[in-house]
Amino acid sequence: MANKVIYAVYEDPEQLKEGARTLVTSGIRVKDVFSPFPVHGIDPIIGVKRTRLGIAAFMFGITGTVLATFGIWYFNIFDWPMNIGGKPSFHLYQNIPAFIPVIFEFTVLCAAHGMAITYLIRNKTLPGMPARNPDPRTTDDKFIIEVRTGDNHGHSSDEITGLLRTTPVFEINERQY
Amino acid sequence: MNFTISKRARTLSMALIAVGAIATVYGVVGDHSEHHQRTWSALLVNGFFFLGISLGALFFYALQNATETAWSVLVKRVFEGIMAFLPIGAGVMVLVLAAGSMHLHHIYHWMDASLYDVNDPNYDEAMAGKQAFLNLPFYWIRTIAYLAVFILFARWFRKKSLEMDGLTGDSLLKTHLLTYRRGALFLVFFAVFSSTLAWDWLMSIDAHWFSTLFGWYVFSGMWVSAMITGVVLVLYLKRKGYLPQVNNSHIHDMGKWVFAVSFLWSYLYFSQFMLIWFANIPEEVTYFKLRIDEHPILLWTTFFINFAIPMVLLMSRDAKRNPRFLIGVCAVIFFGHWLDVNMIVMPGAAGHDFHHGIELLDLGMFVMFLGILITTVFRALARAPLTPVNHPYLEESVHHQI
Repeated sequence: MANKVIYAVYEDPEQLKEGARTLVTSGIRVKDVFSPFPVHGIDPIIGVKRTRLGIAAFMFGITGTVLATFGIWYFNIFDWPMNIGGKPSFHLYQNIPAFIPVIFEFTVLCAAHGMAITYLIRNKTLPGMPARNPDPRTTDDKFIIEVRTGDNHGHSSDEITGLLRTTPVFEINERQY
Repeated sequence: MNFTISKRARTLSMALIAVGAIATVYGVVGDHSEHHQRTWSALLVNGFFFLGISLGALFFYALQNATETAWSVLVKRVFEGIMAFLPIGAGVMVLVLAAGSMHLHHIYHWMDASLYDVNDPNYDEAMAGKQAFLNLPFYWIRTIAYLAVFILFARWFRKKSLEMDGLTGDSLLKTHLLTYRRGALFLVFFAVFSSTLAWDWLMSIDAHWFSTLFGWYVFSGMWVSAMITGVVLVLYLKRKGYLPQVNNSHIHDMGKWVFAVSFLWSYLYFSQFMLIWFANIPEEVTYFKLRIDEHPILLWTTFFINFAIPMVLLMSRDAKRNPRFLIGVCAVIFFGHWLDVNMIVMPGAAGHDFHHGIELLDLGMFVMFLGILITTVFRALARAPLTPVNHPYLEESVHHQI
Protein backbone atom coordinates (compact mmCIF):
# COMPACT_ATOMS: atom_id res chain seq x y z
CA MET A 1 0.00 0.00 0.00
CA ALA A 2 1.40 3.33 -1.05
CA ASN A 3 1.82 5.97 1.59
CA LYS A 4 -0.79 8.66 1.49
CA VAL A 5 -0.87 12.20 2.84
CA ILE A 6 -4.22 13.56 3.95
CA TYR A 7 -4.97 17.26 4.08
CA ALA A 8 -8.02 18.22 6.15
CA VAL A 9 -9.08 21.77 5.38
CA TYR A 10 -10.89 23.84 8.00
CA GLU A 11 -12.38 27.30 7.85
CA ASP A 12 -11.90 28.33 11.46
CA PRO A 13 -9.08 27.90 13.99
CA GLU A 14 -11.48 26.55 16.63
CA GLN A 15 -12.70 23.88 14.19
CA LEU A 16 -9.10 23.10 13.36
CA LYS A 17 -8.34 22.56 17.03
CA GLU A 18 -11.40 20.33 17.34
CA GLY A 19 -10.24 18.27 14.38
CA ALA A 20 -6.73 17.95 15.70
CA ARG A 21 -8.01 16.97 19.15
CA THR A 22 -10.25 14.27 17.63
CA LEU A 23 -7.34 12.77 15.72
CA VAL A 24 -4.90 12.87 18.60
CA THR A 25 -7.33 11.32 21.10
CA SER A 26 -7.73 8.42 18.64
CA GLY A 27 -3.99 7.93 18.68
CA ILE A 28 -3.32 9.38 15.25
CA ARG A 29 -0.17 11.43 14.86
CA VAL A 30 -0.64 14.82 13.22
CA LYS A 31 2.35 15.65 11.04
CA ASP A 32 1.82 19.39 10.83
CA VAL A 33 -0.72 22.20 10.80
CA PHE A 34 -0.75 25.10 8.33
CA SER A 35 -2.53 28.35 9.14
CA PRO A 36 -2.54 31.97 7.98
CA PHE A 37 -1.71 33.15 11.51
CA PRO A 38 -0.47 31.56 14.76
CA VAL A 39 -3.25 29.51 16.33
CA HIS A 40 -3.17 29.77 20.12
CA GLY A 41 -3.35 26.45 21.92
CA ILE A 42 -2.61 24.19 18.94
CA ASP A 43 0.93 23.34 20.05
CA PRO A 44 0.03 21.24 23.10
CA ILE A 45 -2.72 19.43 21.13
CA ILE A 46 -0.50 18.16 18.32
CA GLY A 47 2.47 17.73 20.64
CA VAL A 48 4.86 20.36 19.32
CA LYS A 49 7.94 20.48 21.51
CA ARG A 50 8.75 23.76 23.24
CA THR A 51 10.91 25.98 21.07
CA ARG A 52 14.60 26.20 21.86
CA LEU A 53 14.90 29.51 20.05
CA GLY A 54 15.33 31.33 23.37
CA ILE A 55 18.37 29.22 24.21
CA ALA A 56 19.79 29.91 20.74
CA ALA A 57 19.21 33.64 21.24
CA PHE A 58 21.02 33.51 24.57
CA MET A 59 24.00 31.74 22.96
CA PHE A 60 24.14 34.29 20.16
CA GLY A 61 23.94 37.08 22.72
CA ILE A 62 26.77 35.69 24.82
CA THR A 63 28.83 35.26 21.65
CA GLY A 64 28.23 38.94 20.88
CA THR A 65 29.26 40.01 24.38
CA VAL A 66 32.48 38.02 24.22
CA LEU A 67 33.34 39.14 20.68
CA ALA A 68 32.66 42.79 21.45
CA THR A 69 34.63 42.70 24.68
CA PHE A 70 37.57 41.03 22.99
CA GLY A 71 37.33 43.37 20.00
CA ILE A 72 37.23 46.56 21.98
CA TRP A 73 40.07 45.37 24.19
CA TYR A 74 42.15 44.63 21.12
CA PHE A 75 41.33 47.89 19.27
CA ASN A 76 41.30 50.42 22.09
CA ILE A 77 43.50 48.92 24.80
CA PHE A 78 46.03 46.53 23.29
CA ASP A 79 46.66 47.61 19.74
CA TRP A 80 46.07 51.34 19.77
CA PRO A 81 45.32 52.95 23.15
CA MET A 82 43.85 56.38 22.61
CA ASN A 83 43.55 59.26 25.00
CA ILE A 84 39.92 60.28 24.79
CA GLY A 85 38.91 63.03 27.17
CA GLY A 86 41.72 62.07 29.55
CA LYS A 87 40.13 58.71 30.28
CA PRO A 88 42.37 55.86 31.42
CA SER A 89 43.17 53.79 28.36
CA PHE A 90 45.52 51.06 29.45
CA HIS A 91 43.20 48.68 31.27
CA LEU A 92 39.92 47.24 30.15
CA TYR A 93 38.36 47.40 33.60
CA GLN A 94 39.27 51.05 34.18
CA ASN A 95 37.65 52.07 30.95
CA ILE A 96 34.76 49.64 30.94
CA PRO A 97 31.91 52.21 31.38
CA ALA A 98 32.81 53.73 28.04
CA PHE A 99 32.78 50.32 26.37
CA ILE A 100 29.50 49.06 27.83
CA PRO A 101 27.31 50.74 25.17
CA VAL A 102 29.28 49.06 22.37
CA ILE A 103 29.27 45.69 24.10
CA PHE A 104 25.57 46.01 24.82
CA GLU A 105 24.68 46.98 21.27
CA PHE A 106 26.78 44.20 19.75
CA THR A 107 25.15 41.69 22.11
CA VAL A 108 21.71 42.83 20.94
CA LEU A 109 22.81 42.80 17.30
CA CYS A 110 24.14 39.24 17.48
CA ALA A 111 21.18 37.95 19.50
CA ALA A 112 18.59 39.54 17.19
CA HIS A 113 20.19 38.60 13.90
CA GLY A 114 21.20 35.16 15.08
CA MET A 115 17.70 34.48 16.33
CA ALA A 116 16.03 35.73 13.15
CA ILE A 117 18.32 33.77 10.84
CA THR A 118 18.06 30.60 12.97
CA TYR A 119 14.30 30.93 12.86
CA LEU A 120 14.22 31.32 9.09
CA ILE A 121 16.59 28.41 8.50
CA ARG A 122 14.79 26.13 10.93
CA ASN A 123 11.44 26.90 9.29
CA LYS A 124 13.00 26.64 5.82
CA THR A 125 11.62 30.10 5.02
CA LEU A 126 14.78 31.97 4.08
CA PRO A 127 14.14 34.42 1.21
CA GLY A 128 14.12 32.47 -2.08
CA MET A 129 13.33 29.11 -0.56
CA PRO A 130 10.43 27.27 -2.19
CA ALA A 131 7.12 27.53 -0.39
CA ARG A 132 6.30 24.36 1.54
CA ASN A 133 2.67 24.86 2.34
CA PRO A 134 0.53 22.26 0.57
CA ASP A 135 -2.21 24.64 -0.40
CA PRO A 136 -1.91 28.38 -1.13
CA ARG A 137 -5.22 28.94 0.63
CA THR A 138 -3.47 28.49 4.00
CA THR A 139 -1.94 31.92 3.44
CA ASP A 140 -5.42 33.37 3.13
CA ASP A 141 -8.37 31.97 5.08
CA LYS A 142 -8.02 28.18 5.37
CA PHE A 143 -6.50 25.99 8.06
CA ILE A 144 -5.02 22.62 7.17
CA ILE A 145 -4.10 19.53 9.18
CA GLU A 146 -1.57 17.26 7.54
CA VAL A 147 -1.66 13.55 8.43
CA ARG A 148 0.59 10.93 6.87
CA THR A 149 -0.35 7.28 6.74
CA GLY A 150 3.36 6.49 6.99
CA ASP A 151 3.30 7.89 10.53
CA ASN A 152 0.16 5.97 11.48
CA HIS A 153 0.65 2.32 10.58
CA GLY A 154 -2.21 1.19 12.77
CA HIS A 155 -4.77 3.29 10.91
CA SER A 156 -5.92 3.11 7.31
CA SER A 157 -6.50 6.26 5.31
CA ASP A 158 -10.23 5.50 5.18
CA GLU A 159 -10.34 5.27 8.95
CA ILE A 160 -8.59 8.64 9.27
CA THR A 161 -10.82 10.38 6.74
CA GLY A 162 -13.87 8.81 8.38
CA LEU A 163 -12.76 10.24 11.70
CA LEU A 164 -12.18 13.64 10.11
CA ARG A 165 -15.68 13.65 8.64
CA THR A 166 -17.08 13.61 12.19
CA THR A 167 -15.50 17.05 12.71
CA PRO A 168 -16.65 20.28 10.98
CA VAL A 169 -14.17 19.77 8.15
CA PHE A 170 -14.46 21.90 4.98
CA GLU A 171 -12.82 19.46 2.57
CA ILE A 172 -10.43 16.53 2.61
CA ASN A 173 -7.72 16.00 0.01
CA GLU A 174 -5.58 12.92 -0.33
CA ARG A 175 -2.36 12.64 -2.21
CA GLN A 176 0.23 9.97 -2.87
CA TYR A 177 3.79 10.69 -1.91
CA MET B 1 -15.13 36.01 45.37
CA ASN B 2 -14.38 38.47 48.11
CA PHE B 3 -11.07 38.54 49.89
CA THR B 4 -11.09 38.17 53.66
CA ILE B 5 -7.90 38.96 55.52
CA SER B 6 -6.78 35.83 57.29
CA LYS B 7 -6.08 36.03 60.99
CA ARG B 8 -2.48 35.14 60.35
CA ALA B 9 -2.01 37.93 57.81
CA ARG B 10 -3.61 40.42 60.18
CA THR B 11 -1.38 39.36 63.08
CA LEU B 12 1.68 39.34 60.87
CA SER B 13 1.13 42.82 59.45
CA MET B 14 0.37 44.20 62.91
CA ALA B 15 3.54 42.51 64.19
CA LEU B 16 5.51 44.13 61.36
CA ILE B 17 4.14 47.55 62.31
CA ALA B 18 4.82 46.96 66.02
CA VAL B 19 8.35 45.61 65.57
CA GLY B 20 9.11 48.36 63.07
CA ALA B 21 7.74 51.04 65.38
CA ILE B 22 9.78 49.78 68.33
CA ALA B 23 12.95 49.66 66.24
CA THR B 24 12.18 53.13 64.90
CA VAL B 25 11.67 54.60 68.37
CA TYR B 26 14.87 52.92 69.52
CA GLY B 27 16.64 54.39 66.50
CA VAL B 28 15.20 57.88 67.02
CA VAL B 29 16.32 57.89 70.67
CA GLY B 30 19.80 56.92 69.56
CA ASP B 31 19.82 59.54 66.81
CA HIS B 32 22.04 62.38 68.03
CA SER B 33 22.26 64.21 64.73
CA GLU B 34 21.45 67.90 64.62
CA HIS B 35 17.69 68.54 64.33
CA HIS B 36 17.25 64.74 64.16
CA GLN B 37 18.26 65.11 60.52
CA ARG B 38 18.99 61.37 60.33
CA THR B 39 15.44 60.47 61.38
CA TRP B 40 13.86 62.93 59.00
CA SER B 41 16.00 61.56 56.17
CA ALA B 42 14.90 58.01 56.97
CA LEU B 43 11.29 59.18 56.98
CA LEU B 44 11.80 60.79 53.59
CA VAL B 45 13.38 57.59 52.20
CA ASN B 46 10.57 55.35 53.38
CA GLY B 47 7.79 57.82 52.69
CA PHE B 48 9.01 58.27 49.14
CA PHE B 49 9.74 54.59 48.49
CA PHE B 50 6.30 53.43 49.58
CA LEU B 51 4.53 56.37 47.95
CA GLY B 52 6.48 55.41 44.83
CA ILE B 53 5.05 51.88 44.96
CA SER B 54 1.48 53.15 44.93
CA LEU B 55 2.37 55.74 42.29
CA GLY B 56 3.95 53.07 40.10
CA ALA B 57 0.79 50.98 40.53
CA LEU B 58 -1.35 53.97 39.55
CA PHE B 59 0.82 54.55 36.49
CA PHE B 60 0.64 50.90 35.46
CA TYR B 61 -3.12 50.89 36.00
CA ALA B 62 -3.56 54.00 33.84
CA LEU B 63 -1.28 52.44 31.23
CA GLN B 64 -3.47 49.33 31.10
CA ASN B 65 -6.54 51.54 30.67
CA ALA B 66 -4.98 53.71 28.02
CA THR B 67 -3.75 50.74 26.00
CA GLU B 68 -6.96 48.74 26.62
CA THR B 69 -4.84 45.80 27.70
CA ALA B 70 -6.91 42.66 28.05
CA TRP B 71 -4.75 40.18 29.95
CA SER B 72 -4.34 42.38 33.03
CA VAL B 73 -8.08 42.82 33.64
CA LEU B 74 -8.11 39.87 36.05
CA VAL B 75 -5.45 41.44 38.25
CA LYS B 76 -6.60 45.05 38.08
CA ARG B 77 -8.13 44.93 41.56
CA VAL B 78 -4.71 44.13 42.98
CA PHE B 79 -3.30 47.33 41.52
CA GLU B 80 -6.32 49.28 42.79
CA GLY B 81 -5.47 47.87 46.20
CA ILE B 82 -1.88 49.12 46.00
CA MET B 83 -3.16 52.54 44.91
CA ALA B 84 -5.03 52.75 48.22
CA PHE B 85 -1.72 53.50 49.96
CA LEU B 86 -1.38 56.74 47.96
CA PRO B 87 -2.95 59.13 50.55
CA ILE B 88 -0.77 57.72 53.36
CA GLY B 89 2.42 58.08 51.34
CA ALA B 90 1.34 61.57 50.31
CA GLY B 91 0.75 62.44 53.97
CA VAL B 92 4.28 61.36 54.91
CA MET B 93 5.79 63.38 52.06
CA VAL B 94 3.80 66.48 53.06
CA LEU B 95 4.94 66.00 56.66
CA VAL B 96 8.62 65.81 55.68
CA LEU B 97 8.40 68.75 53.28
CA ALA B 98 6.40 70.87 55.74
CA ALA B 99 8.95 70.19 58.48
CA GLY B 100 11.68 71.24 56.05
CA SER B 101 9.83 74.43 55.14
CA MET B 102 9.54 75.26 58.84
CA HIS B 103 13.29 74.58 59.25
CA LEU B 104 12.75 71.65 61.60
CA HIS B 105 15.37 69.85 59.53
CA HIS B 106 17.82 70.88 56.84
CA ILE B 107 17.46 68.14 54.25
CA TYR B 108 16.65 70.78 51.67
CA HIS B 109 19.53 73.20 51.86
CA TRP B 110 17.90 75.57 49.36
CA MET B 111 15.04 76.32 51.79
CA ASP B 112 17.45 78.53 53.74
CA ALA B 113 16.43 82.14 52.89
CA SER B 114 19.89 83.56 53.59
CA LEU B 115 21.26 81.93 50.41
CA TYR B 116 19.38 84.44 48.30
CA ASP B 117 20.32 87.59 50.21
CA VAL B 118 23.14 89.35 48.40
CA ASN B 119 24.32 91.04 51.60
CA ASP B 120 24.42 87.82 53.60
CA PRO B 121 27.71 85.92 53.91
CA ASN B 122 25.71 82.78 53.01
CA TYR B 123 24.77 84.26 49.64
CA ASP B 124 25.02 81.56 46.96
CA GLU B 125 25.03 82.80 43.40
CA ALA B 126 24.25 79.37 41.92
CA MET B 127 21.25 78.93 44.17
CA ALA B 128 20.07 82.48 43.56
CA GLY B 129 20.05 81.64 39.87
CA LYS B 130 17.70 78.70 40.55
CA GLN B 131 15.38 80.74 42.73
CA ALA B 132 12.79 81.18 40.00
CA PHE B 133 12.08 77.46 40.22
CA LEU B 134 13.25 76.50 43.70
CA ASN B 135 11.30 78.82 45.98
CA LEU B 136 8.90 77.76 48.69
CA PRO B 137 5.59 79.07 47.27
CA PHE B 138 6.09 77.56 43.83
CA TYR B 139 7.50 74.39 45.39
CA TRP B 140 4.37 73.91 47.46
CA ILE B 141 2.08 74.69 44.53
CA ARG B 142 3.81 71.92 42.58
CA THR B 143 3.81 69.45 45.45
CA ILE B 144 0.10 69.98 46.13
CA ALA B 145 -0.65 69.76 42.41
CA TYR B 146 1.16 66.41 42.05
CA LEU B 147 -0.45 64.82 45.07
CA ALA B 148 -3.91 66.20 44.33
CA VAL B 149 -3.83 64.98 40.73
CA PHE B 150 -2.58 61.53 41.75
CA ILE B 151 -5.11 61.07 44.53
CA LEU B 152 -8.02 62.38 42.46
CA PHE B 153 -7.20 60.11 39.52
CA ALA B 154 -6.68 57.10 41.79
CA ARG B 155 -10.02 57.65 43.50
CA TRP B 156 -11.77 58.18 40.17
CA PHE B 157 -10.32 55.01 38.65
CA ARG B 158 -11.34 53.00 41.69
CA LYS B 159 -14.85 54.48 41.68
CA LYS B 160 -15.39 53.71 38.00
CA SER B 161 -13.96 50.22 38.37
CA LEU B 162 -16.45 49.40 41.12
CA GLU B 163 -19.22 51.05 39.12
CA MET B 164 -18.45 48.83 36.12
CA ASP B 165 -19.17 45.73 38.22
CA GLY B 166 -22.85 46.62 38.11
CA LEU B 167 -23.05 47.62 34.45
CA THR B 168 -23.63 45.62 31.29
CA GLY B 169 -23.98 46.26 27.57
CA ASP B 170 -23.68 49.79 26.24
CA SER B 171 -23.33 51.54 29.59
CA LEU B 172 -20.43 49.22 30.47
CA LEU B 173 -18.74 49.97 27.17
CA LYS B 174 -19.29 53.69 27.65
CA THR B 175 -17.71 53.67 31.11
CA HIS B 176 -14.88 51.53 29.81
CA LEU B 177 -14.15 54.01 27.03
CA LEU B 178 -14.25 56.82 29.57
CA THR B 179 -11.65 55.09 31.74
CA TYR B 180 -9.63 54.53 28.59
CA ARG B 181 -9.59 58.26 27.83
CA ARG B 182 -8.91 59.22 31.45
CA GLY B 183 -6.08 56.69 31.55
CA ALA B 184 -4.48 58.45 28.60
CA LEU B 185 -5.07 61.83 30.23
CA PHE B 186 -3.41 60.64 33.42
CA LEU B 187 -0.36 59.52 31.46
CA VAL B 188 -0.02 63.07 30.11
CA PHE B 189 0.05 64.45 33.64
CA PHE B 190 2.31 61.67 34.86
CA ALA B 191 4.79 62.17 32.03
CA VAL B 192 5.55 65.64 33.37
CA PHE B 193 4.96 65.11 37.07
CA SER B 194 7.03 61.93 37.39
CA SER B 195 10.09 63.88 36.32
CA THR B 196 9.41 67.12 38.17
CA LEU B 197 8.47 65.40 41.43
CA ALA B 198 11.79 63.58 41.34
CA TRP B 199 13.58 66.92 40.86
CA ASP B 200 11.58 68.58 43.61
CA TRP B 201 11.59 65.91 46.27
CA LEU B 202 14.88 64.12 45.61
CA MET B 203 17.19 65.98 43.26
CA SER B 204 16.81 69.26 45.17
CA ILE B 205 18.44 67.57 48.19
CA ASP B 206 21.70 68.00 46.28
CA ALA B 207 20.51 71.37 45.02
CA HIS B 208 23.74 72.32 43.28
CA TRP B 209 23.77 69.12 41.29
CA PHE B 210 21.55 68.32 38.34
CA SER B 211 20.92 65.42 36.00
CA THR B 212 18.52 65.46 33.09
CA LEU B 213 17.44 61.84 33.25
CA PHE B 214 17.16 61.72 37.01
CA GLY B 215 13.35 61.83 36.76
CA TRP B 216 13.14 58.76 34.54
CA TYR B 217 15.62 56.91 36.72
CA VAL B 218 13.53 57.57 39.82
CA PHE B 219 10.35 56.73 37.92
CA SER B 220 11.70 53.37 36.72
CA GLY B 221 12.59 52.53 40.32
CA MET B 222 9.02 53.32 41.41
CA TRP B 223 7.60 51.29 38.57
CA VAL B 224 9.62 48.16 39.21
CA SER B 225 8.81 48.30 42.93
CA ALA B 226 5.12 48.52 42.02
CA MET B 227 5.35 45.56 39.63
CA ILE B 228 7.10 43.49 42.30
CA THR B 229 4.41 44.35 44.84
CA GLY B 230 1.75 43.46 42.28
CA VAL B 231 3.16 40.07 41.34
CA VAL B 232 3.88 39.07 44.95
CA LEU B 233 0.32 40.01 45.95
CA VAL B 234 -1.13 38.04 43.04
CA LEU B 235 0.93 34.99 43.95
CA TYR B 236 -0.10 35.28 47.59
CA LEU B 237 -3.79 35.61 46.72
CA LYS B 238 -3.60 32.74 44.26
CA ARG B 239 -1.98 30.51 46.84
CA LYS B 240 -4.77 31.36 49.27
CA GLY B 241 -7.30 30.21 46.68
CA TYR B 242 -8.44 33.62 45.50
CA LEU B 243 -8.11 34.72 41.87
CA PRO B 244 -8.85 31.17 40.60
CA GLN B 245 -8.88 32.32 36.98
CA VAL B 246 -5.40 33.79 37.08
CA ASN B 247 -3.24 31.24 35.27
CA ASN B 248 0.44 30.71 34.66
CA SER B 249 0.39 33.03 31.68
CA HIS B 250 -0.69 36.00 33.81
CA ILE B 251 2.05 35.25 36.32
CA HIS B 252 4.54 34.86 33.47
CA ASP B 253 3.52 38.24 32.04
CA MET B 254 3.88 39.97 35.39
CA GLY B 255 7.28 38.34 35.84
CA LYS B 256 8.21 39.72 32.44
CA TRP B 257 7.26 43.19 33.62
CA VAL B 258 9.54 42.85 36.65
CA PHE B 259 12.34 41.65 34.37
CA ALA B 260 11.79 44.35 31.73
CA VAL B 261 11.42 47.27 34.12
CA SER B 262 14.50 46.11 36.02
CA PHE B 263 16.33 46.51 32.75
CA LEU B 264 14.82 49.94 32.20
CA TRP B 265 16.08 50.93 35.62
CA SER B 266 19.56 49.50 34.98
CA TYR B 267 19.70 51.20 31.60
CA LEU B 268 18.80 54.60 33.04
CA TYR B 269 21.04 54.18 36.07
CA PHE B 270 23.99 53.29 33.91
CA SER B 271 23.22 56.00 31.33
CA GLN B 272 23.25 58.61 34.06
CA PHE B 273 26.44 57.25 35.55
CA MET B 274 28.25 56.78 32.25
CA LEU B 275 27.53 60.27 30.93
CA ILE B 276 28.59 61.90 34.17
CA TRP B 277 31.72 59.72 34.39
CA PHE B 278 32.65 60.39 30.80
CA ALA B 279 32.04 64.14 30.74
CA ASN B 280 33.79 64.55 34.11
CA ILE B 281 32.39 68.05 34.74
CA PRO B 282 33.04 69.15 38.35
CA GLU B 283 29.49 70.24 39.17
CA GLU B 284 28.10 66.97 37.80
CA VAL B 285 30.53 64.44 39.28
CA THR B 286 29.87 65.57 42.86
CA TYR B 287 26.88 63.21 43.11
CA PHE B 288 28.77 60.04 42.24
CA LYS B 289 32.06 61.20 43.79
CA LEU B 290 30.39 61.52 47.18
CA ARG B 291 28.65 58.16 46.87
CA ILE B 292 31.63 56.22 45.50
CA ASP B 293 34.05 57.70 48.03
CA GLU B 294 31.85 57.30 51.10
CA HIS B 295 29.61 54.31 50.35
CA PRO B 296 31.19 52.26 47.55
CA ILE B 297 29.96 48.90 48.84
CA LEU B 298 26.39 50.07 49.32
CA LEU B 299 26.31 51.81 45.95
CA TRP B 300 27.64 48.88 43.91
CA THR B 301 25.67 46.30 45.90
CA THR B 302 22.51 48.22 45.06
CA PHE B 303 23.35 48.29 41.39
CA PHE B 304 24.30 44.62 41.41
CA ILE B 305 21.10 43.52 43.15
CA ASN B 306 18.84 45.56 40.92
CA PHE B 307 20.58 44.73 37.66
CA ALA B 308 22.35 41.38 37.79
CA ILE B 309 19.90 39.44 39.93
CA PRO B 310 16.82 40.01 37.76
CA MET B 311 18.91 39.59 34.61
CA VAL B 312 20.43 36.25 35.51
CA LEU B 313 17.63 34.76 37.59
CA LEU B 314 14.52 35.95 35.77
CA MET B 315 15.70 35.43 32.20
CA SER B 316 14.29 31.97 31.65
CA ARG B 317 10.64 31.18 31.14
CA ASP B 318 10.62 28.54 33.85
CA ALA B 319 11.88 31.01 36.46
CA LYS B 320 8.99 33.38 35.77
CA ARG B 321 6.49 30.53 36.01
CA ASN B 322 7.78 29.20 39.32
CA PRO B 323 5.90 31.06 42.11
CA ARG B 324 8.34 30.33 44.93
CA PHE B 325 11.36 31.32 42.89
CA LEU B 326 9.66 34.46 41.57
CA ILE B 327 8.68 35.58 45.08
CA GLY B 328 12.23 35.02 46.32
CA VAL B 329 13.83 37.03 43.52
CA CYS B 330 11.17 39.75 43.85
CA ALA B 331 11.82 40.12 47.57
CA VAL B 332 15.53 40.65 46.94
CA ILE B 333 14.95 43.25 44.20
CA PHE B 334 12.33 44.97 46.34
CA PHE B 335 14.91 45.45 49.06
CA GLY B 336 17.42 46.50 46.42
CA HIS B 337 15.19 49.33 45.25
CA TRP B 338 14.67 50.45 48.82
CA LEU B 339 18.48 50.58 49.13
CA ASP B 340 18.52 52.58 45.91
CA VAL B 341 16.22 55.25 47.38
CA ASN B 342 18.54 55.30 50.39
CA MET B 343 21.49 55.91 48.09
CA ILE B 344 19.63 58.74 46.35
CA VAL B 345 18.55 60.50 49.54
CA MET B 346 20.91 59.70 52.38
CA PRO B 347 24.37 60.94 51.33
CA GLY B 348 22.94 64.38 50.53
CA ALA B 349 20.30 64.57 53.23
CA ALA B 350 22.04 63.05 56.25
CA GLY B 351 25.65 63.57 55.15
CA HIS B 352 28.07 62.49 57.89
CA ASP B 353 25.23 61.09 59.97
CA PHE B 354 24.95 58.40 57.32
CA HIS B 355 28.56 57.24 57.58
CA HIS B 356 27.52 53.96 59.21
CA GLY B 357 25.24 53.28 56.26
CA ILE B 358 21.96 51.49 56.83
CA GLU B 359 21.12 51.34 60.53
CA LEU B 360 18.45 49.85 62.74
CA LEU B 361 16.46 53.08 62.39
CA ASP B 362 16.19 52.64 58.62
CA LEU B 363 15.36 48.96 58.77
CA GLY B 364 12.81 49.56 61.53
CA MET B 365 11.08 52.25 59.53
CA PHE B 366 11.15 50.03 56.43
CA VAL B 367 9.47 47.19 58.33
CA MET B 368 6.92 49.57 59.85
CA PHE B 369 5.99 51.06 56.47
CA LEU B 370 5.83 47.58 54.95
CA GLY B 371 3.35 46.59 57.64
CA ILE B 372 1.27 49.70 56.97
CA LEU B 373 1.37 49.04 53.23
CA ILE B 374 0.21 45.43 53.67
CA THR B 375 -2.57 46.45 56.05
CA THR B 376 -3.82 49.24 53.79
CA VAL B 377 -3.66 47.15 50.64
CA PHE B 378 -5.38 44.14 52.23
CA ARG B 379 -8.16 46.32 53.59
CA ALA B 380 -8.71 47.85 50.16
CA LEU B 381 -8.69 44.39 48.54
CA ALA B 382 -11.26 43.09 51.02
CA ARG B 383 -13.67 45.88 50.16
CA ALA B 384 -14.54 44.74 46.61
CA PRO B 385 -14.78 41.50 44.63
CA LEU B 386 -11.20 40.45 43.83
CA THR B 387 -12.10 39.43 40.32
CA PRO B 388 -13.87 42.20 38.38
CA VAL B 389 -17.49 41.21 37.79
CA ASN B 390 -17.91 43.03 34.50
CA HIS B 391 -15.35 44.33 32.06
CA PRO B 392 -15.39 44.28 28.27
CA TYR B 393 -12.11 42.36 28.26
CA LEU B 394 -12.78 40.07 31.20
CA GLU B 395 -13.47 37.05 28.99
CA GLU B 396 -10.30 37.62 27.00
CA SER B 397 -8.27 37.96 30.16
CA VAL B 398 -9.67 34.68 31.54
CA HIS B 399 -8.49 32.91 28.39
CA HIS B 400 -5.10 34.59 28.40
CA GLN B 401 -2.56 32.14 27.06
CA ILE B 402 1.00 32.74 25.91
